[in-house]
Amino acid sequence: MEDLKKELKVKIIEVLNLEDIELSEIGDQDALFGDGLGLDSIDALELIVLMDKDYGIKLSDPKEGREIFQSIETMAAYIAAHRTK
Amino acid sequence: MNTSTVYISHWCSIEAGEIKRNGEILFSKESEEIELNDLLKAYYREKNISYPKFFKMDTLSKLAFIGSEVLLENIELEKPNLDVGLVLSNSNSSLESDKNHCESISDKDNFYPSPAVFVYTLANICLAEISIRHTLQGENAFFISEKFDAETMWNYTQYMFETNRVNRVICGWVDYLDGGYKLVFYLVEKQGNKQHTIEELQNIFN
Repeated sequence: MEDLKKELKVKIIEVLNLEDIELSEIGDQDALFGDGLGLDSIDALELIVLMDKDYGIKLSDPKEGREIFQSIETMAAYIAAHRTK
Repeated sequence: MNTSTVYISHWCSIEAGEIKRNGEILFSKESEEIELNDLLKAYYREKNISYPKFFKMDTLSKLAFIGSEVLLENIELEKPNLDVGLVLSNSNSSLESDKNHCESISDKDNFYPSPAVFVYTLANICLAEISIRHTLQGENAFFISEKFDAETMWNYTQYMFETNRVNRVICGWVDYLDGGYKLVFYLVEKQGNKQHTIEELQNIFN
């Protein structure tokens, strides 16, 4: 699980162009949206694409996404349980 | 024919590795071969600009964003501002992002269009980026023409003043495709040194 969390942080920094953010600055339980990393609605869509492209997980319910994208920890837990890639 | 006498108070350019304001070099990189993205990021960091969304923009919007930073340096604008217009133009529209988007949907077995790329597949998005940055809520327009059309730019800007819709207009050219780029921005307002004329626009652009 720790490797998956680190992998997710690397991917998020790369995919979302968070050039001013270091890996160590993203805590496992930090909020990804709002006051945390400050991601926006386009970032949320990119995360949905990332889940599909890299882990074979298709998210169609926005409410589901709200729960899954709370933090690196919630994302990693969901991916570990549902990944097909 | 519009007859309001308005002026070009400031202008700037980004071209061939140099960033100029009112004709003076503000920032340059030794090699003219520096990629535009690197030039813009170097300026962003040099000026300690804090605006994380800058890194998410496509290159055309990054160019327009830095152009507006240079042009509006030391100019205080009310926030929000309903009296500042924006009139920009270019020849390649958003073709760079259009191509990137097209590549992402060309393989049906690897069909993952990026929302972050797709949102930049309109040239006028760079107007929005400037407006958000400076809280501008005035009228704006983006024209596509093969070459800088000084007459159209002059006419449209004059009309905005003539109809009392603006006190200032940020105008110019912002173009990027396949590594080639050019930006020329100028601020038109009711005071300034250079009168806003078609001839003066051609001088600034060239």
